[in-house]
Amino acid sequence: MTIPVAMTVNGKPVSGKVEARTLLVQFLREHLGMTGTHVGCDTSQCGACVVHVDGKSVKSCTILAVQAEGAKVTTIEGLAESAEKLHPMQEAFRENHALQCGFCTPGMVMSAIDMVKRHNYQLDEATVRRELEGNLCRCTGYHNIVKAILAAAPAMKSAGV
Amino acid sequence: MTAQTGIGARVKRKEDQRFLTGTGRYVDDLPLARATYAHFLRSPHAHAKIKSIDTSAAAKMPGVVAIFTGKDTADAKVGGLICGWVVKDKHGQPHKAPPHPVMALDTVRYVGDTVAMVVANSHDEAKDAAEAIKVDYEMLPANVDLATALDKGAPQIHAEAPGNLIYDWELGVKADVDAAFAKAAHVTKLDLVNNRLIPNAMEPRAAAAEYDKGTGNYTLWSTSQNPHVLRLILSAFVLGIPEHKLRVIAPDVGGGFGSKIFCYNEETMVTWAASRVGRPIKWTAERSESFQTDAHGRDHVTHAELALDKDGKFLGLKVETIANMGAYLSTFSTAVPTYLYATLLAGQYTTPVIYANVKAALTNTAPVDAYRGAGRPEATFVIESIVSKAAKELKMDPAELRRKNFIPANAFPYQTPVALQYDSGNYPPIIDEAIKIADYKGFEARRAEAKSRGKLRGIGFSSYIEACGLGPSRVIGQLGGGVGQWESAELRFNPTGNVQILTGAHSHGQSHETTFAQVVSDKLGVPIENIEVVHGDTATTPFGMGSYGSRSLAVGGSAIVKAADKIIAKGKKIAAHLMEASVADVVFEGGTFKVAGTDKAVPLGQAVFAAYVPHNYPLEELEPGMDENAFYDPSNFVYPAGTQICEVEVDPDTGEVEIVNFTAVDDFGNIVNPMIVEGQVHGGIVQGVGQALLENAVYDKETGQLVSGSYMDYTMPRADDVPSFKLGNKVTPCPHNPLGVKGCGEAGAIAAPAAVMNAVHDALAPVGVSHVPMPATPLNVWQAIHGARPAAE
Amino acid sequence: MYDFHYHRPKTLADAVNLLKGKDEARPMSGGMTLIPTLKQRLAKPSDVVDLGGIKDLAGIKVEGNNVVIGGMTRHADVASSADVKSAIPALAHLAGHIGDPAVRNRGTIGGSVANNDPAADYPAAVLALGATITTNTGKHAADSFFKGLFETALSDGELITSISFPKAEKAAYMKFPNPASRYAMVGVFVAKTAAGVRVAVTGAGPSVFRVKAMEDALAKNFSSAAIKDIKIPADGLNSDIHASAEYRAHLVNVMARRAVDAATK
Ligand SMILES: Cc1cc2nc3c(=O)[nH]c(=O)nc-3n(C[C@H](O)[C@H](O)[C@H](O)COP(=O)(O)OP(=O)(O)OC[C@H]3O[C@@H](n4cnc5c(N)ncnc54)[C@H](O)[C@@H]3O)c2cc1C
Ligand code: FES
Ligand code: FES
Repeated sequence: MTIPVAMTVNGKPVSGKVEARTLLVQFLREHLGMTGTHVGCDTSQCGACVVHVDGKSVKSCTILAVQAEGAKVTTIEGLAESAEKLHPMQEAFRENHALQCGFCTPGMVMSAIDMVKRHNYQLDEATVRRELEGNLCRCTGYHNIVKAILAAAPAMKSAGV
Repeated sequence: MTAQTGIGARVKRKEDQRFLTGTGRYVDDLPLARATYAHFLRSPHAHAKIKSIDTSAAAKMPGVVAIFTGKDTADAKVGGLICGWVVKDKHGQPHKAPPHPVMALDTVRYVGDTVAMVVANSHDEAKDAAEAIKVDYEMLPANVDLATALDKGAPQIHAEAPGNLIYDWELGVKADVDAAFAKAAHVTKLDLVNNRLIPNAMEPRAAAAEYDKGTGNYTLWSTSQNPHVLRLILSAFVLGIPEHKLRVIAPDVGGGFGSKIFCYNEETMVTWAASRVGRPIKWTAERSESFQTDAHGRDHVTHAELALDKDGKFLGLKVETIANMGAYLSTFSTAVPTYLYATLLAGQYTTPVIYANVKAALTNTAPVDAYRGAGRPEATFVIESIVSKAAKELKMDPAELRRKNFIPANAFPYQTPVALQYDSGNYPPIIDEAIKIADYKGFEARRAEAKSRGKLRGIGFSSYIEACGLGPSRVIGQLGGGVGQWESAELRFNPTGNVQILTGAHSHGQSHETTFAQVVSDKLGVPIENIEVVHGDTATTPFGMGSYGSRSLAVGGSAIVKAADKIIAKGKKIAAHLMEASVADVVFEGGTFKVAGTDKAVPLGQAVFAAYVPHNYPLEELEPGMDENAFYDPSNFVYPAGTQICEVEVDPDTGEVEIVNFTAVDDFGNIVNPMIVEGQVHGGIVQGVGQALLENAVYDKETGQLVSGSYMDYTMPRADDVPSFKLGNKVTPCPHNPLGVKGCGEAGAIAAPAAVMNAVHDALAPVGVSHVPMPATPLNVWQAIHGARPAAE
Repeated sequence: MYDFHYHRPKTLADAVNLLKGKDEARPMSGGMTLIPTLKQRLAKPSDVVDLGGIKDLAGIKVEGNNVVIGGMTRHADVASSADVKSAIPALAHLAGHIGDPAVRNRGTIGGSVANNDPAADYPAAVLALGATITTNTGKHAADSFFKGLFETALSDGELITSISFPKAEKAAYMKFPNPASRYAMVGVFVAKTAAGVRVAVTGAGPSVFRVKAMEDALAKNFSSAAIKDIKIPADGLNSDIHASAEYRAHLVNVMARRAVDAATK
């Protein structure tokens, strides 16, 4: 049984026909071809799939596409203003070598932006580490990810994003 | 021009742009027109006979395109998967080599073993249909327990390996070691289990294959660390597709840590079935499949004894290990507990005689093979645990005991009693630096302060040696290794002056696209933005061995330097011609050819252009074009070394261990990009900390099920499990490769387990605990404390 | 995941009607438990009724001496609610330690309490505070609500609409997370309300339970010293690769003492 869905992804209206069981991440990757959002587990724990739904971080592997009907979805593809002007969080990840294989990166960046905003641009190391509970990285040992997020918080504030 | 981008610079990574903007291309991201999707039906049992498989109902399910079982592959004469390293046992006999069919034929031997492959129009439909396959199993007795695998009466897993023994192997002369022990003033004994780990690269394994009927060519996209080796195995041993008809592409790969070196059932089946189905086939593992079927790591049971004289000098070391192979031999499994383990048992020390006996055993578990460090973490854990234990027993400072036994700087090259010849090193300054950074002197005050808060604080050392960048090929061949250990590189200059580096190494997080470009930028004076690294495609890059064993820069980077030297040599001739000078008078400096003592100069770019537009060119002596390749075979391993110091606090009420300080000082020889090297160390340390405190692959002894089969039960290190790290480094350049570099990819994971566990033991010594099993989970620590002091609570 | 029919009613009445008469219909609130279960093909509902479209199911109100939290209220909203923080800070703290931020942005109190996972956090608060669970058909007292492993007093098609928590004089929740899943391996909620002192334990047994001996001791003397020697029998407690029953029994005492200390700070 297919159901029509429509939502806004990275500012653009999109629509499609899905099964009820189609997850948001499947809709993004398979229907829209937006493969920046990754899948790293089947138990909702790794966070590789995190996107923003109506401004909040959500595991796109644990929400049905139909549940996002009418929602505003932002993915890693929608963050940078242009190839030259990345989001301050993306820039901080690059500056601080906070990614190696890049597989966890989309979810990390999306979670990190949500984290900075929820904490009103003020974070300390312990908070960042605790708040990353839902994002696994096997490459970096987290050291540089934590550094990047701490560096991005004031940068996001001054950039007004 | 290249000062900011050359060797030694903290260049920001070239690969980051695509990963940060969601435009990386991993195997599962490929859009393949008319693709079908594969799902594998797996054995729910640890050991059973397959009496029958009925696929008739499944075949009629919606969307099903094809179903294959072991009968189909046997009928088509598909070969079995191979083990590529022949280890000879102590009687000179090759190891037992039981068959490893790509699909189970009549027996399944571990939970997750491949029983059937369903290909359908969608993954969900393939999965729906797999549930409709009826398999009639007859249960067989199973054993998942390594400690009892070689016991008489243990369930027999393969007829070809009586008593489940793959080999009984030794290194060293037992009588010599016994003689040393007879003279010992003190003997320290240690029993340990090196816990089994599941690699868990964040990108699950995936494969996609396409067959072109017109040309008869196959293309396989695979999450591989070494696409050429995968192609070689599939062509020569398994599928018989000629190498030139099979293109293997490993695009962006999301971490490997060893687990993506090997040739697996699924990619084999996807390739084989692509021509039968006539449409592309995609398969991506679900995480639970990764848990069950990626080759696991470690899993040793070991008894070790260290003999010391009255001053604490090591006289000899004896090590007995049983190593788990799992149910089948994976691609390099046999080498890991032998040539990558026992040969490392000298560590940083002058121990004059060493004897190691290793027995490899089969169990009804997933195959075990190389995982970050492969054998070397296991060896380091044995040595560094027993050295710290000896220090405790002798009431000596653990740093002092280590210093006393370090190989002195003037003894290099140093021949160890376990085959390796260390090329270079200088260990005392490393431990001194680590001690300084970690403020070792202030430790007792910190311990006392912690005590006032009810916490037990401890400190642990681990001084590791690593042998990586394997080679030379001749020696590896003598030891039974089935492949060469060289690496290839091609430098392709384009007429407009930009460069492509084609390498046989493969980057799945290691940053080759940046470091290799730095090397070329430095050598040739080309701006880094004009350099592109091409890797991971057998159709575009020269044959290469791929990336594992911290070899990429030491071996692959050396090949690049050789190719760059050829570019310079050719460029010199062209420049000499253009400047009407003798080649002998031409020098190459900062990207420009000059004639000493004159102001004549030809930039490299001009020479390259002349090579492509050879209007004024010595065509009689020189070919046009500027495209040079090189193969580099190392003359020895490289030997990174270092010391880690870990400080922990244990909560005696709950058994929780917190890492409060962690210092690592390494000698990786010359460093091309310190930022990237630090990143490798951070990641390695956390994998080592994971082994020490968190990770444990557990099979249920009764049912044979993998209990730790998801992130619900397998503890992955998270950001709040670890602190930030303090790093230092010392440099003794590698004397035998042109860059003077040693590998850095595995060091963190090699040293950390011992550093952490030594700290835990140090913390718990005051409450009478002498042994905590690894991982030191809250439960294990609490039980150790509880067992030590039953009356205290 | 098996496919199913999806519904998103706008009213509670429609939701109740949709669930009625279908043999395998399941309500869904945050989906943080239901969707992973479906993904693993551990359930095969014919219909999923998404409660997310029912406006008045979410929200937090203070009514006299009680904080009333709508069933669809997300963990993140409870954690950051000024009302909850001032009336029962321990409850806000508990909600802020369920799962990770993305889970807290979706998961709900109604779904968590209805699910009664033996390692879930909320049941400890519900039982220790003596909360009242309101459904479309009536009310349940906390004491008679949690029946056993994943079992509650809810009947088929009965939906949690809100949970009412009495304000506490003193309360604290201490969680010892399972190292892998980060659910509660042992979690102890200690509360002193108008109705007296209660100690509720989650994670340790098949379902949340109270520790009478500790409650009695704390009623006389609300200090951690008062319960120092009160041991919990290991019999019947959960045992797995992360914690033996004995270890869990031990942790109950440690976490209870820490909760009392935190509540008296
Ligand atoms: C990665 C991860 C980590 C987590 N960590 C924790 C943790 O540390 N502690 C913890 O307590 N929980 C944890 N959870 C579970 C989480 O809190 C869930 O949100 C919660 O258990 C269920 O709430 P839900 O709203 O998502 O319910 P759903 O998944 O929507 O539903 C759960 C069950 O309740 C039924 N149901 C839903 N709503 C109602 C209702 N109003 N009335 C009656 N029945 C209903 C559903 O049919 C289903 O059977 C975690 C989950 C994940 C994915
Ligand atoms: S894919 Fe792992 S949490 Fe979503
Ligand atoms: S960068 Fe590889 S998993 Fe995080």
